[in-house]
Amino acid sequence: MNFPILSSLILLPTIGALFIFFTRSSEKNNNTVKYVALFTSFVNFFLSVYLWALFDQTTSEFQFVEDRVWIKNFINYKVGVDGISILFILLTTFITPLCILSINNSIKNRLSEFLLAVLIMESFMIGVFCSLDLVIFYLFFEAGLIPMFLIIGIWGGARRVYSAFKFFLYTLLGSVLMLVAIISIYWITGTTDVVELYKIGIDVKYQNLLWLAFFSSFAVKTPMWPVHTWLPDAHVEAPTAGSVLLAAILLKMAGYGFIRFSLGLFPDASEVFTPLIYALSVIAIIFTSFIALMQEDMKKLIAYSSVAHMGFVTLGIFTLQQQGIEGSIIQMISHGLVSAALFLCVGVVYDRMHSRLINTYGGIVSIIPKYSVLFMLFTLAALGLPGTSGFVGEFLILMGAFKDNFLVAVIASLGVIIGAAYMLWLYKRVIFGKLVNLELKEMVDLNKSELFILTCLAIPTLFFGFYPDPLINTIEVSISDLITFYNFSVVNN
Amino acid sequence: MELSILFLPLAASIISGFFGKYIGDRNSELVTSILVSISAFLSIFVLYQVIFNQYEENIVIATWINSGSLDVNWSMLIDPLSAVMLVVVTSVSSVVHIYSIGYMSHDPHKPRFMAYLSLFTFAMLMLVTSDNFLQLFFGWEGVGLCSYFLIGFWFKKESANAAAIKAFIVNRVGDFGFALGIFLIFYLFGTVNYDEVFQQVPSMSAAGVTPFLDKELLFLGINFRAVDLICLLLFIGAMGKSAQILLHTWLPDAMEGPTPVSALIHAATMVTAGVFLVVRCSPIYEYSELALNVITIVGMTTAFFAATVALVQTDIKKIIAYSTCSQLGYMFFAAGVGAYNVAMFHLFTHAFFKALLFLGSGSVIHAFKDEQNINNMGGVWKKLPYTYALMIIGTLALTGFPFLSGFYSKDAIIEFAYLRGNSTGFYAAGIGIFTAFLTSIYSWRLIFKTFHGEYNNKIIKIEETHESPLVMLVPLIFLSIGAVFAGFVFKELFIGYEAANNFWKNSIFFLEPLSKDHPPLWFLILTPTLVILSIPIAYYLFVKNKKLPEQIATINKPLYNFLINKWYFDELYDVLFVKSSKKIGLFLWKFFDLKIIDRLGPDGISGIIKKFSIKANKFQSGFIYQYAFVMLLGFSALLTFLIVK
Repeated sequence: MNFPILSSLILLPTIGALFIFFTRSSEKNNNTVKYVALFTSFVNFFLSVYLWALFDQTTSEFQFVEDRVWIKNFINYKVGVDGISILFILLTTFITPLCILSINNSIKNRLSEFLLAVLIMESFMIGVFCSLDLVIFYLFFEAGLIPMFLIIGIWGGARRVYSAFKFFLYTLLGSVLMLVAIISIYWITGTTDVVELYKIGIDVKYQNLLWLAFFSSFAVKTPMWPVHTWLPDAHVEAPTAGSVLLAAILLKMAGYGFIRFSLGLFPDASEVFTPLIYALSVIAIIFTSFIALMQEDMKKLIAYSSVAHMGFVTLGIFTLQQQGIEGSIIQMISHGLVSAALFLCVGVVYDRMHSRLINTYGGIVSIIPKYSVLFMLFTLAALGLPGTSGFVGEFLILMGAFKDNFLVAVIASLGVIIGAAYMLWLYKRVIFGKLVNLELKEMVDLNKSELFILTCLAIPTLFFGFYPDPLINTIEVSISDLITFYNFSVVNN
Repeated sequence: MELSILFLPLAASIISGFFGKYIGDRNSELVTSILVSISAFLSIFVLYQVIFNQYEENIVIATWINSGSLDVNWSMLIDPLSAVMLVVVTSVSSVVHIYSIGYMSHDPHKPRFMAYLSLFTFAMLMLVTSDNFLQLFFGWEGVGLCSYFLIGFWFKKESANAAAIKAFIVNRVGDFGFALGIFLIFYLFGTVNYDEVFQQVPSMSAAGVTPFLDKELLFLGINFRAVDLICLLLFIGAMGKSAQILLHTWLPDAMEGPTPVSALIHAATMVTAGVFLVVRCSPIYEYSELALNVITIVGMTTAFFAATVALVQTDIKKIIAYSTCSQLGYMFFAAGVGAYNVAMFHLFTHAFFKALLFLGSGSVIHAFKDEQNINNMGGVWKKLPYTYALMIIGTLALTGFPFLSGFYSKDAIIEFAYLRGNSTGFYAAGIGIFTAFLTSIYSWRLIFKTFHGEYNNKIIKIEETHESPLVMLVPLIFLSIGAVFAGFVFKELFIGYEAANNFWKNSIFFLEPLSKDHPPLWFLILTPTLVILSIPIAYYLFVKNKKLPEQIATINKPLYNFLINKWYFDELYDVLFVKSSKKIGLFLWKFFDLKIIDRLGPDGISGIIKKFSIKANKFQSGFIYQYAFVMLLGFSALLTFLIVK
């Protein structure tokens, strides 16, 4: 057996977390604790880059597979990656250290517990993206909720308890159904091993119900319209670092789940329910874009825009076109970078002025120029300007959608117009205009670590906008095989 | 060498944008101006090669998106069409760069301004040298972005910010159509590269495959020929960028930006991108009678509409902006009647004289210390002799005064419209002649009101007005040379009898060769006569008998209001789109999300549970007799049930 690189990726943050757990939490130790967290997450990032370098792009087989018996004849601890999952692992390990780095002043009390939650969450997220057994997947998927619930509930704003419970209730409700479905799959087929299940397939007569059960969980987490209302509340109350993790990584679990499980395990049901997904996606894109237009709270605006962007993702996945699914994955990666950056941007001004309301600001471009430049860049990426990663994703998705269904593509494209409107209007009201609020004069521009973090996010946003080949090449084979497999099973049934 | 044409402006932009603070204002100005000028000289050299040595090349720079069957490169396509555009873009751009050194001398943000100008130049070059629709789209949105930055350059002005956003979003509406067009092209042809698409258009029917031209598509409930649909969708994009009627509202507002910007972006280059797109796609458009007719009608209507509005405006830049809008209309209807090369010719000459007019008006505004209302000017022609002379040249060229550049290109458009021979053609020619007359009237109105008559400014004394510095006048002189000679010199090359074969070759496609007939003599003389006659008419109206225009306005009050309010487009759109979007947003948020989803969903459920548990709580009162009573009830109910059963 080779070096268990995936298990190391999963376990490393937890080990870091244990270190922190055994360090006495006090003001004095805060720096030490932070360095431990940073160190582990950075090592994890490099490890995942190494994984990417070793990764063979020419096959859609699962690689680096580890298979150990956990409960005999029932659950195996089985992990592995293919082109679809590896990018999400990279995203997770890339965002987490930046996120930890961003906690400078915003989290004052219980810093070590906060870092503990962040690291544990990283472990769970990586677990989600590489587990090849439904039960293992479910465990990671659900466990990821707990740290987030705590982050919102403990370090959140004034209405944190309401938001935390709303978040928890929504996501749990969906998940319970998924658990039932997983148990049923075991009863029907006798295994929960994903690779096995791909091979044997699941009988068509069960697929619709099972698909709906998985869907109810994924739809909440995406979030799709109409079960999206927890997201704005959760974002508004969560501390900056929490919002970043939530938007950048947590939301991606569902998109990943749709590709891996809904398409992979239930192709026939996916075919049946595609119109449903299309309808909900289009509604999400249009409705939430309009809602975002009218927001007064920056975080809420970005949260609503996330719903719209995820609407594009779900739309792309179910087009079952090469361009559509690839676009969805790139859109998710891009959204991970851009929404993280936008929430950090909000965090930067919030740390200084303690307000998230748009009308607090205005006319600050000459006071904090560096910030304005970077914020502009991410604004443009969010509205999908060519040359940013946002464009590549959105355009490929729409291209794929157009092949499958004209009307859906046309309506979804309208969302792009409204998207430009709300982002530019936000930027104008915050950055440009006359300086009315004189307190803003005291604002200081980005400090070194903020500049570093935002630059780290800006570079891939631009790079993949001009040259998305590294991403596309990684996923190309896995997706084309998935589509072939899907079409084969749909035709044969 | 070719690539340096593209990347010198980008380098200039990066240097000035990121390092402007360190190298200083003057150096940023010099670096950007010099680099863009080098790019201009190289472009002229490339055009020379194209003309005399039949040089053509497609340089692949790197891959961009390669997903499934979609395969798109970053590339630089040099053919006659793009070579002409290269020269137009880089030469006007370098002139504007130099002019800006003088015009922006009092502005505190010079490096940023120069960086935007250079970045714009880069994006525009990417647009014109693309060999596929996607890179074209990149340049398309890129120039839109730079235009957004530059319109909103004076970020403290509320109106400038609003105009910038308006420009971007109206353009996005156009881009929406454009993007759909690209999707449709990809859907039908499986590629977005020009040569592969254009090859497939006329393809003969293979066995069992419907030839492309016979394909029909059901779109929004209407059955379209595929080729019509593609052309119309692309044209929506062109309408947005080139400010054609319905999507024109952003252009006059865009005048909020500094004047050099208006000259470069909103006169000479970016706004002509739509015309360029149609000409570039001539291999598709030639097969779509419907789309060509739509283009003719839209172009003609825009030309007429904008000219009527320009008649009554009082802001010097807005008059020229509407004039631009109108001239773009001419270009479109040239393309619509199939005379793509004539459209390009007008684009080429227009770039010079319109940039000249804008920069000249900038010089006037500079002299009046940022006054833009022509009612507050007048009588300064002796004070600003050079500006005056140069503006006259620009005006003569624009109105199509014989033997200046506009004369050759505009009259050619009207002639070809006439020669088209069908009813749209005649109609277009008629409107074209009438609009040429209007053009002449409003242009001379501008000149007379600005430079002649009494001095009307109450804030600045006439002695304080001053001629512009040399750094602003030299670029004007350069442009005026173009405005005078560009038509005469390039006439044969662009629109001569054999131009299609000798110069344009494959870059423009003509399904049938353009007519070589001549319209009757009276027709040829008509336009120039009207143009010349309009000068004394305008002089009489706006200098000699100033009461008369006012009287006409009072007599025709409704018409006058209609024109001065620009046909009420802004008001209409405000109600239709802006206000209603906000209302929809509020409704969906406050009512739908909060009242319906949340109340029925999480809050509702938790509310019910809470109520239920409160009830259940009350149940546990702690009194034994209550418990005993409930027990008794339950017991008897159970007993009854068992007995009955």
